[in-house]
This record gives sequence, C-alpha cells and structure tokens, in this order.
Amino acid sequence: MSSDAPAYLRRVTLSTQAEVSDEIAALGKAYAAAGAEEAQPRLDYPPYRSSVLRHPTKDPHQADPEGVELWAPAFGHQDVAALEADLTVQHGGEPVGERMVVTGRVLDGDGRPVRHQLVEIWQANAGGRYIHKRDQHPAAIDPNFTGTGRCLTDGDGVYRFTTIKPGPYPWRNHRNAWRPAHIHFSLFGTEFTQRMVTQMYFPGDPLFALDPIYQSIVDPAARGRLVATYDHDVTQHEWCTGYRWDVVLTGPHRTPLERDTVEQADGGVEQ
Amino acid sequence: MSLAPTPGQTVGPFFGYALPYDGDSALVAPGHPDAVQLHGRVLDGAGDPVPDALIELWQAGPDGDVPSGAGSLRRDGFTFTGWGRASTDDTGHYSFSTLTPGAPFFALTVFARGLLNRLFTRAYLPEHSDDPFLATVDAGRRGTLVAERDEHGFVFDIRIQGEDETVFLTYPRH
Repeated sequence: MSSDAPAYLRRVTLSTQAEVSDEIAALGKAYAAAGAEEAQPRLDYPPYRSSVLRHPTKDPHQADPEGVELWAPAFGHQDVAALEADLTVQHGGEPVGERMVVTGRVLDGDGRPVRHQLVEIWQANAGGRYIHKRDQHPAAIDPNFTGTGRCLTDGDGVYRFTTIKPGPYPWRNHRNAWRPAHIHFSLFGTEFTQRMVTQMYFPGDPLFALDPIYQSIVDPAARGRLVATYDHDVTQHEWCTGYRWDVVLTGPHRTPLERDTVEQADGGVEQ
Repeated sequence: MSLAPTPGQTVGPFFGYALPYDGDSALVAPGHPDAVQLHGRVLDGAGDPVPDALIELWQAGPDGDVPSGAGSLRRDGFTFTGWGRASTDDTGHYSFSTLTPGAPFFALTVFARGLLNRLFTRAYLPEHSDDPFLATVDAGRRGTLVAERDEHGFVFDIRIQGEDETVFLTYPRH
C-alpha cells in the first residue's frame, strides 16, 4: 500500500477475526457484569477500528432543547417522488436478487406515529456491492440497481420500500471482516433532537456475532431492535418476500401540536 | 407509554451517493444579497481532517421564526426551509450558504464513518457568546460552541476528539 493511501488503508497488520471477536466478547462480558443498561451504541468501541480517533472522549453536555431544536425540518411531496420508494424500477431492467418489501412504522418514544416525515435508505446490491467509488469489493455492479430510496411516512407513520435483499460484504476493519447484510436508514422525527441514522439487519444472520459495528450496541436486547422480522403477510404471491421493521425515535420533548398531526390533503392512500 | 428507542449506527463510508443531493448545502443561493457562509473543518483525534463526514444544519430564519416550509430536497429558490446538509471535502472542510438566524445558534448534527452514532452541537453566533446556556458549559470549553466571524460569514470547526474537543450535546430522553 503506498504511503499516500488514506490512513485507514495504511494499517500495517490487520487483526484477525479471532482477536476482534475476543475484544467484542470481553466488552460484552464487562457490560453484562456492570448491570447498567445502555440503549445506544458505544461511541468508543475499539473493535471498530475507525472509531478510535472518531469518538468524543468527554461526556456530552446535557441541554434542554431550545428554539429550532424543538421542531424538525418539514418535507413534502415536492421533495420526494412516489417512485423513489421502489428501488427496483430506477433503471431499464429488473435488478438481480431477492425482491422484497420492507415496511414498518416510525414512532416517537411515546408511541405516536411520526407522520409525513422523510425516510431515506441506501444499501449494497444482491452481491454486496455499493455504487460508490470507494467500494472496491470485486463483486458485480448491477446496472439495474443503484440502492438508494426515499419516501415519506403516511398518516400512520408507515414507510414502505420495494427493493432487493442486500448481500453481505467484506471490509478492512480486520482480516476477513464481513458486514452482515443491512440497509442504512436515515430518519427524522418531529424534533431535531430525534434525528437518527441507523442500519436495519435481517433475522438470523450468522455474521452478527462477528461484526463490531452491530456489537457496538453492547446490550443484546437493544441491538436486537435493529433486526427486521420476516412477515408472510407482507410477502406477496409470486412477487416478493416481505420484512417488517418499526423504528422508535428518542423523545420528544415538546407536546405535539396540530402541526404534527394535521393530515396533508395530498397525503396519498393511507395504509 | 414509553417505548425503547431504536439504537443508532454509523453512517458508514458509502452514504456519499445517497444522502448528498443537488443544492443540499445552499439554503439560499450564494449570490443572495443576505447570504452568509457557515463553514469549518471536521477534525479527528489526531487533528487530521475527516473527509467522509456529513454535517446537517437546522436553523431559524432571519426573523427568528422556525421555518415550516417543505422543499429542502428540491429547493424552489424562494422558500427558506432552514435545513440543509454538507459533505466534507478531502481537507475535512464543509460549507453552507445560508442566512443569519434571528436566534442565538445554528443547530448541527455530525455524521461520519467511524462515528458510531450522530453527534449534536450548536454553533452560537459571536454576539450571543453570553447566552445563558453557554454559562452552563465549562468555561475552558465554552468557546468550542461559538462560531467566529469571517469575511463571508461564520467559521465553526468541529473537533470530534482531542484537545479543544467540541462540546457535544445530549438531551433529556436520549
């Protein structure tokens, strides 16, 4: 590797999976022994090597949300075309892979639906390849699949995407490192403080135990919340499989006002 | 009812073909008579630039009101939506073209490969450096939350780790 390669490519000796797995196990064991519940990923999680210089070392400062923080940006149908929710129709032909529907609800911490709000996704194709110049995994690019989608939740907070099941892919965290198949989700609530980006996984993935990004959520129940459920009622006859995954955002802090619950006249068909 | 929150995860290395979009960082066109630049660098714990970070901005309008208009993804050139996103370049630099808020701060979120969950912070306008909230922050670190004025607007560097680490925020129920 040349010396002008990015730092993350310059690592001289990659750890083995066994070494990383030992680190993951030790951190998991220490968490279980400590007995204090953690609902979010550790920012300081050394098994994910890129986190070492990219986590704050000081505790976050507690703030009461003020002003704009008590509100979220608004997105409307002028922002998102209906076809953006179907990742299988963006090109001239059918993408390769298992066609599937992923659907669920976006809720706030009090169980209220987040209505008419933006959901963005991106993912690898069926072979585990992203359409991104930095992805050098020698798996085929699918000319019929880009892997990005957007939609607005409906009046019940429901989002719905039609896509292809992504494949697992290798990365350079350690030797023979493979990410479990996942879809990246970008979510907004009714408040800025609820902004979140996360990853949705598929049930029963054998790579879960080996993956430092998934395991950075040291609480087993909490990381289980990132795993979708196969739902045969979402699966469609002779067409596609179906997965269901609900998202719960933190908060809110503000008492919801009419603005959050008003139905948009052009809100489309409710599900 | 209180539901357990879904955990966050890193934005990863490949968001660059999904989250950025045309006009994302231009809340107003740079040629707008009242346009200001809000910009700075994102740095890691070694002081190196973070070239694969994404910053999101959410702010009040010049009148201090919270914008409620849609249209941040397909800007019509007239509606000030108050929201945008900017990717860092190879030098870790991000830049927004926007309006000066009629409120004490710009609200920002930080996403990056290697950062396992988003970070929240505020960039206070220099004239609001005596804001009561800032008085609750350790005096030695308070300055990391205050933007500096420059020729075109405001500079606000974000140090994810290290000396002069930016103060990041958490909110009740997080």
